[in-house]
Amino acid sequence: MVPLPYYLALSAVLFVIGVAGVVIRRNIIVILMSIELMLNAVNLTFIAFARFLGSMDGQVIVFFVMTVAAAEAVVGLAIIISVFRHRQTLDPQDMQFLRW
Amino acid sequence: MILFFILAVLSVVFSLLVIFRRNVVHNAMALAATLFLVSVLFITLDAPMVGALQVLVYAGAIMILFLFVIMLLNPAALEPRPAVWWTAGSLASLALLWELVALFFYRPADFQPSPVAGNFGAPEALARSLFTDYALPFEIASVLLLVAIIGAVTLGKKAS
Repeated sequence: MVPLPYYLALSAVLFVIGVAGVVIRRNIIVILMSIELMLNAVNLTFIAFARFLGSMDGQVIVFFVMTVAAAEAVVGLAIIISVFRHRQTLDPQDMQFLRW
Repeated sequence: MILFFILAVLSVVFSLLVIFRRNVVHNAMALAATLFLVSVLFITLDAPMVGALQVLVYAGAIMILFLFVIMLLNPAALEPRPAVWWTAGSLASLALLWELVALFFYRPADFQPSPVAGNFGAPEALARSLFTDYALPFEIASVLLLVAIIGAVTLGKKAS
């Protein structure tokens, strides 16, 4: 059996790659993809702890995280389509109409 | 052990492709590959039901949705790369990575996996936990999905 810290380290690496994607990229679709990557890394942590603690609770939480991620992706993509229809851009630098 | 390292290296490589390729379709395909590899990792952690859900929901439905939106919007122009942002973002993420990985590796290394029953992670066990202990969150999740569907339809409708 692979030790628990290996899974946690892999999860940390994936999470940080997701954070870097959110910070670096200037395409809002790729930013949403990076958020999915971060949620996925957290899911890996939950599953690893569920296995090593012998409890089903972590897997149930992963189920809920997937539900929330699906809802977030759907609403986020709908917002992107709506914004693109009005502004013709995908660059978050150009979306300043909520800034005061 | 070897399987874990193969999966780990592949998933890190594909997730780096997600953020470093400039073509959005390539990003989406790399993300689908990453999600698939992580679902294999779930199966190696005795969670076959969650692994199957991962392939169905993430790599299936959500990635198809992303590809659909990419095709709909047709982002033809490649984005410019401001060098300052890339340097600052990479340095900040490397600092975060160093902290996280150091934190995990300072745990006691002799943390042994607890013995689990034969049906651990099976659909029956997951469903029993879901419908007894987590019945209320399950209902709330269904309401959340309904609200998301209605919100997406409302947002996507052409304003008349």
